[in-house]
Formats: sequence, C-alpha cells, structure tokens
Amino acid sequence: MGHDVDAFRVIIQRFLMLGKGAVAIKLFGRIILILLTVWALPAWSSLDGKKLYRDHCMVCHGEHGGGGVGVPLALPSFLDNVDNAFLFKTIRNGRPGRVMPTFDYLSDAQINALVTYIRGWGDGPAPVFRTTPVKGDPLRGKALFEQKCAACHGKTGEGGRGTGVTFSRPRDLPIIAPALNNEGFLAAASDELIRHTLMVGRKGTPMVSFLDAGLSEQQIDDIVSYVRSFEQAEHREPVLEAESASLIMESPYSLEETVENVKQVIIGKNFRLIREQYLDTGFVPKGEENKKQVVIYFCNFSFLNKALNIDPRVGLFLPCRITVVEQDGVVKVMAINPMRLSRIFNNVELNEACHQMRDVYNAILEEATL
Amino acid sequence: MKRLLQVLMMLAAVSSAHASDGELLMVRSDLEFPEAMSALQEAVTEHGYTISRVQRVDIGLTAMGYKTDKYRVVFIGKHEQQEMMIKRHPELIPYLPIKIAIFAEADDTILVAANPVLLSEFFPDPSLEKYFRRCESDMRSILKKVQDAE
Repeated sequence: MGHDVDAFRVIIQRFLMLGKGAVAIKLFGRIILILLTVWALPAWSSLDGKKLYRDHCMVCHGEHGGGGVGVPLALPSFLDNVDNAFLFKTIRNGRPGRVMPTFDYLSDAQINALVTYIRGWGDGPAPVFRTTPVKGDPLRGKALFEQKCAACHGKTGEGGRGTGVTFSRPRDLPIIAPALNNEGFLAAASDELIRHTLMVGRKGTPMVSFLDAGLSEQQIDDIVSYVRSFEQAEHREPVLEAESASLIMESPYSLEETVENVKQVIIGKNFRLIREQYLDTGFVPKGEENKKQVVIYFCNFSFLNKALNIDPRVGLFLPCRITVVEQDGVVKVMAINPMRLSRIFNNVELNEACHQMRDVYNAILEEATL
Repeated sequence: MKRLLQVLMMLAAVSSAHASDGELLMVRSDLEFPEAMSALQEAVTEHGYTISRVQRVDIGLTAMGYKTDKYRVVFIGKHEQQEMMIKRHPELIPYLPIKIAIFAEADDTILVAANPVLLSEFFPDPSLEKYFRRCESDMRSILKKVQDAE
C-alpha cells in the first residue's frame, strides 16, 4: 500500500512538473476520465445478480440454491409462495441471531438484482400479497399454535435448532423450521404471506397445508394474528458482546507444575486430553521449540457433537485449548473467551454453548492456579 | 501511464473491498473434500504460510460413535510474524496460530475462518493493525484460490 501511495505521489509530481497548461489540462482530463471509469466499473458489474449471488450467498445457500448452512432457496414451494418484498427485506435485514446476516452494505439495486436472480429458479411469476393486516384472534391463535406449530417452530416461535439443511451430519428435520418470533422474519413477512403459507404449506418440507389438515380459514387467521403478536414480545437475547478477548490468570506454581495442574483439572471435568505441544511446534525444527509456551488441547466429544449440530462452522473454536506461558519468571494460564468470538456467527443458539465453555475455561484456570 | 493505471486499479479495488467485508470469512468450493484440502494446503504454502498442524475433528468424533462428514481444522502462520505479535501482546497467544475450518457439505466443501482483522478489535494496537490487515488480505486470497480451484 505504502509503495502504491509513493508511486501515486511521483505521478502527481510529474504531472505538476509538465508546466505547460494545455498539456497539463489534457492529461488531467484523461486522469479524471480513467478514474471515473475505474471507480464506476465495480458498481456496474455489481448489478450482475449471478455474480452477487456467488459472492454473498452461495457459500451458505449452495450454487443452485439447494441449501447448506443456509436454507434451500430453489424449492418451488418456497419461491412460488414468497413475494419479492420478503426476499428483499430478508437480504437487507437478515435474521438477527439466526445465522442469516444483514446485507446493509449492498445497495437497493444490488439486492433487487439478487432477488431477480433467485426468482429465476422458480417457474412462475412472483406472487403479490396484500399488506393489510389479517383479522384474527391472537388468543385463539395461541392455543392453535401450541397444538399445531410449536412442535417445529418452538413454543414461542423461536424456531428449530441448527442451521439450514446441513448435509454434513444427521439431523432430526430435513430443514430448519424458521424462527417466527425473529424480528427479521416479522419485518419481511406480511400477514398475507404467513396466511398463504399456512393455507398451502411448503411441499418438500415438513410444513403441511393446514387447510388440508382441517383448520378453517378463520383459525388460520387466528394463528397469523398470534404470530404477528410476537412483535410485541420481548426479543431474544442479542448475540453476545462480551468481556475481554482472552481469559488469563497468573499461576503461583512453576510452568511444569501448572501444566500438570491444568491436565488434572481438564480430566476432572470430563474432558479428554488430545495433545500437548509447544506453541511454535510445526513452525520451527523439532527440538528448537520455545519450551516456555505449552499448549494443551482437549475435548469433550459429546459437547463437541452438540456444538456442531447447532452450527457446523464452530470449528473455529476447536479443539478446546489452554496455553501455559512463562514470561519474565511469571507463569500465566490463558484461553480464548468464546463469548467474544460468538458474535461473528450471528447465532444465538451458540451463545449458550459459548457461555458454558467460557465457564469451563474459567474453572480450569482457577482450579489449576489455586 | 501504466503505473497510473496500476494505482487507479488499486484504488478501485480498495473502494469496492467493503462489499465483501465480514467478520467471518467463508467460501464454498465445488471440489470434494480431499481435493479441496489439497488446494488449501497448496494455497497456504503459496502465500508464504506454514501449516503447523491439522486437527482431524471427524476422526475423533467417529471414533466416539458420532456421525459426521469430513471435518478438519488447519492451523497456519508465519513464525516470525507470530513471534513479533506475541512479544507485543502476549494476550494474543490463545488466538495463534490462526485457523481455517474445512468441512464437507454433500459434494462441496466449505471453508471458514475468522477475519484476522477481528484481532485488531480485540487487541487495539496501531502497530499491529497493518499485520492483521495483511493477514486478512492473505486469508481472503487463500480462500478465493480454493474456491476457484478446479
């Protein structure tokens, strides 16, 4: 970067040294033209829906919308039953705490290009729903919701566990049930869209037609009113912002004693020791490692399996690790603070696991240095 | 003129970079897991990084009776840079070496990494920021190389 700035400075100096007005103006005009062209190029090219999809959506939703960490988008029963406003608002606002991020840095034109591209996987035109509220009785709707919807969507509409369809491991449902109490969902879905979904269901998913299942249109309206009432409810805990990034405690023991203490505590907490190594192992020749920086890796496979079921991206926390360091005669025990990293996943379900892991780390640090 | 164009292209790249900003860097490769893993190893080395270790998460899980597709965590770094960072901020130690999680998803492979720039938020220090920025640029480039690999 510094190199490029120097080059730019040289160009400007040369330009100023030209002295002759006409030549200078001509060159200045060319520079401005090139500058505008180069600056505008990304904006023009960024209205390519396919490219936008590849850059921003494909990693989670799959190249052809088949899903993965994200939900499948190419299902006919999905595209035929959601309007463009729902897709637009979903991309813009995401689903806070439910993996789907906000795309607040994309322009309206870029989001529209994405909607058009995604819409291309459907057969027919986009449905259009009225935005007028559905008239129903939320109290009656609550009772019906608990009978008919809560098994998949949760008692308070918090949605299913896990992410998208996740092909990498077995799961209870083929697709995650949406969180109906999520502010992103409620902002994106009109009453009519929710009503329509209840009426026709989503073929290829566990969502059945409740009209076919015996509910009357009035009962469906009651459920819609109840779902809409989630807007008044207290929102779920936002994704955590927490404390210091590293958990660190000083040990009154020698490095070797502290390492042994840490290992004993880890085993006592039902974790399995995986490996002990130096921090620079693999970077320096064997035998030349800094022996004052010892890393202890450990795991509880049941806990790990649960965490991966919540979100397959949690490999970034893996494996569990405590580092014992001696610096200037002081021995310190260290770990990451999982609550600090949790934020980047936009997944409130992970918060609980991160909370638990933070407490485990703190307990190990405390007991090993007691 | 050629030099000027280079500078302008660089400025354009910087101006459009925010479009892909994120704390979590993720790419999908249409390669199957073993090929994607090879592509990752190649890309890491090409960028001057060393793979210090590969944690075979799936092996441990399946040995304990859990079902999972292939899942690895790859630890990478540049030794001198890592030493320099630790010297200035020993609290960084738990976050080093940096990691890339790589796992199979049907016939594709997903790669995930925390954006190294996140560390400059955790450990604010102007003298380290340029290293985190360079590391971010390298990480994006490594992931893109795997994504584009055929």
